[in-house]
Amino acid sequence: MPVDIKNFLTHFFVTGYPLIYGADASIILATVAILFVLTYFKKWKWLWTEWLTTVDHKKIGIMYLIAALLMMFRGGVDAILMRTQLMLPNMHFLGPQHYNEIFTTHGTLMILFVAMPFIFALFNIVVPLQIGARDVAFPYLNAISFWLFFFAALLLNLSFVIGGSPDAGWSSYPPLAGAEFDKGPGENYYLLSLQITGIGSMATGINFLVTILKMRAPGLTLMRLPLFTWSVVGACILIIVSFPALTAALALLLIDRVAGAHFFTMLAGGMPMMYVNLFWIWGHPEVYIVVLPAFGVFSEVVATFSKKRIFGYTSMVASIMVITVISYFVWVHHFFTMGAGPGVNSFFALATMAIAIPTGVKVFNWLFTMYRGRIRITAPMLWTLGFIPNFAIGGATGVLLAVAPADYQYHNSYFLIAHFHQVLIGGTIYGMLAGMYYWWPKMFGHRLSEGLAKHAFWWFNLGFYICFMPQYALGLMGMTRRIYTYPKGLGWGPYNFIATVGAYMMAIGFVLIVANVVYSAFYGERDTTGDIWDARTLEWSLPSPAPHYNFAVIPHVDRRDAWWVMKQERKEGKTTLDLQQEPIRPIHMPNNSGRPFILGVCFFTVGFGFAFSWYALVVLGFLAVAVLLLVRSFEYEDSHYIPVEEIKETEAAYGRL
Amino acid sequence: MATTEESLHIPSHSRSKPLEYSTEDGALRIFGFWVFLVTDMLLFSCFFATYAVLYRHISTGPTPSAIFDVRGYTAETLILLTSSFTSGIATYEMRRQNKSGLITWTIITLLLGLSFIGLEVSEFWSDVVSGATMQTSAFLSAFFTLVGTHGCHVSFGIIWITSVLIQVIRRGITPVTSRKVFITSLYWHFLDVVWVFLFTVVYMIGGMY
Repeated sequence: MPVDIKNFLTHFFVTGYPLIYGADASIILATVAILFVLTYFKKWKWLWTEWLTTVDHKKIGIMYLIAALLMMFRGGVDAILMRTQLMLPNMHFLGPQHYNEIFTTHGTLMILFVAMPFIFALFNIVVPLQIGARDVAFPYLNAISFWLFFFAALLLNLSFVIGGSPDAGWSSYPPLAGAEFDKGPGENYYLLSLQITGIGSMATGINFLVTILKMRAPGLTLMRLPLFTWSVVGACILIIVSFPALTAALALLLIDRVAGAHFFTMLAGGMPMMYVNLFWIWGHPEVYIVVLPAFGVFSEVVATFSKKRIFGYTSMVASIMVITVISYFVWVHHFFTMGAGPGVNSFFALATMAIAIPTGVKVFNWLFTMYRGRIRITAPMLWTLGFIPNFAIGGATGVLLAVAPADYQYHNSYFLIAHFHQVLIGGTIYGMLAGMYYWWPKMFGHRLSEGLAKHAFWWFNLGFYICFMPQYALGLMGMTRRIYTYPKGLGWGPYNFIATVGAYMMAIGFVLIVANVVYSAFYGERDTTGDIWDARTLEWSLPSPAPHYNFAVIPHVDRRDAWWVMKQERKEGKTTLDLQQEPIRPIHMPNNSGRPFILGVCFFTVGFGFAFSWYALVVLGFLAVAVLLLVRSFEYEDSHYIPVEEIKETEAAYGRL
Repeated sequence: MATTEESLHIPSHSRSKPLEYSTEDGALRIFGFWVFLVTDMLLFSCFFATYAVLYRHISTGPTPSAIFDVRGYTAETLILLTSSFTSGIATYEMRRQNKSGLITWTIITLLLGLSFIGLEVSEFWSDVVSGATMQTSAFLSAFFTLVGTHGCHVSFGIIWITSVLIQVIRRGITPVTSRKVFITSLYWHFLDVVWVFLFTVVYMIGGMY
């Protein structure tokens, strides 16, 4: 009997690696510390009523932001471990299996659990405020989306210490990821956690598209919409049309693995290429899903800090929509070498190159906006300026990769690694950080320290070039991706050493970003005006942080850059929005609910059950989900009105009445 | 500057629109559901594509024409198309404020849905008993997944419509219940449309092999 228990435990818990024991210890310590702090300061009730049950889009956005930064830490630690392993030839810092697990979870985390929540954070924080709405279209669904993402992230991270991590690469191609070659629960964890977070993402896409199309303030026509919101429209359309393909690919692979079906197994007629196609029909639009909102942030930041309206607004909108469409016709460039034939390859090569045109339009528009502007080099502007050369280089190497015949040389080499890090970090992460610095005062009522922000930027930006420029060279020298060590004498050593130094510098940059968050919470400059940057769009017409109902009175919009126009009119002595003269009415708001959180727990149960093929747990989880859906269907009292007195009191406290 | 006060969820009844569209909230949710149907359609498209690629990959298993039961799937088709029609009548009765008509036609729709599921389960059962399981060949994996996903949707629809029916019986035809009835009927028609493609692609085109 004790032997059985020991076998079970060694199968259940990952053993044998000192680093994993370190992870075990840090998880336990962090959990104990959190429980202690919550209990000691008596914050349990506060946590439940203010955060876990909230349906307020601004708070959900903040939770997405915190989760994204935490996951960025986790994914960053993976990156540091990999770079340390590759620093010198013949290193023995990580074993091959451990290395496989780390690069798999690094990619999965960074795309789905960093980039996605980071863009959703900004969607939630910014979009309703920018369009003059009091809420998103479906606030309850919005909370569900967040908790599905949250528990999916927990599920994936748990795999490192319980059961074993996925190890077949972030794209998880069969047959390698099939049951025959990958028996452990790791791949199941991957499939389930992506499936669960994918459902949440799809709901977010629907939610924000409906919000933007149906809930804009009166007069805010589509062609007056701020560009960030336009970029969210593009991203949401892409989410809606591409995520179902991911759902299908993951579901089919899961059926193959747990039910022994033959979609992708070669035996009995399966076809692995079917998975590759389905995966990249989602996977390629996905990179535009995460980069379009970054483009939106740059448009807002450049206009605000150049004190000019954006150059070429119409062409900016057009290029967002063109990118949205073309990004759906490029997926085959991920497997030019896998036998699609010259006709198909040519089509997808040309479509891929064509995407550079609208992207170029956007970059030129940002530059022309800055031309003769009164530029202020603030933290958000610094990340925007840093982005431009990054994207120029990343775009150029992207076009090189799009040349199908040449791709046979670069395919799966470090040249590719350098390219996509250049555009995904240099585009999405720079954009999201710019957005974080830009909207931080709106979220928390104080700004982040400029001094620390600049240090962080330069460590990160220089580290970024030092890390990834050598990798272009390594790729051309023949170093392929996913190798865990390499021999001496190939000439790769110095480049890898330099790249690793760059990675450490980026880590210092990240630590400084987090230090800034902590420092500024105590010492950051308070924002009393609500419009700390002298900005142009509606969210800055509200106090910082915005009251929970957003707008006491919905503004009427008759021009682009509505808030800027209002400020100009006010300077000229014209009357603008004046709360004293407007009738304030009771505001209808949704009630908080604990069910989205519990729903997340139930989906987690289903995922965990599937990972170990404990079907009783799966059935239990599904039944609980069904019960929760039925309870929701029968719920009628799910909203309340904020009385006029309360609104007046709140507004008076802000000094607006 | 002029301001307007068009709050999100305040019901503003207007006689010109159907009841389910009479509140902003109702209109919003119906539009949101249409967008959801887009995602569901794309999910089915991926499974259809998989079936189209794999239906000749029968390995050592039976061909599609060997296992398809013409009478069974013809009956299923007739039953499901009829149920879509009766669901339409239910919506029509709802628009006429005829509560008992709405309840009657909804129950008929549910019964037709249940008999459809019954036939499908018996079809799957006879396939499995004859040795044609999901593990036999890539064709059968694709077949069971595609048709089974549709069947799961129908089963879910039956539970969902039942819960809405209970609410109609309890509360009558209100802006909220009429919106729920309307959305479930959209869902039901959507499943009918998917079945038309299933009938064509799986049973007709597949059945020729």
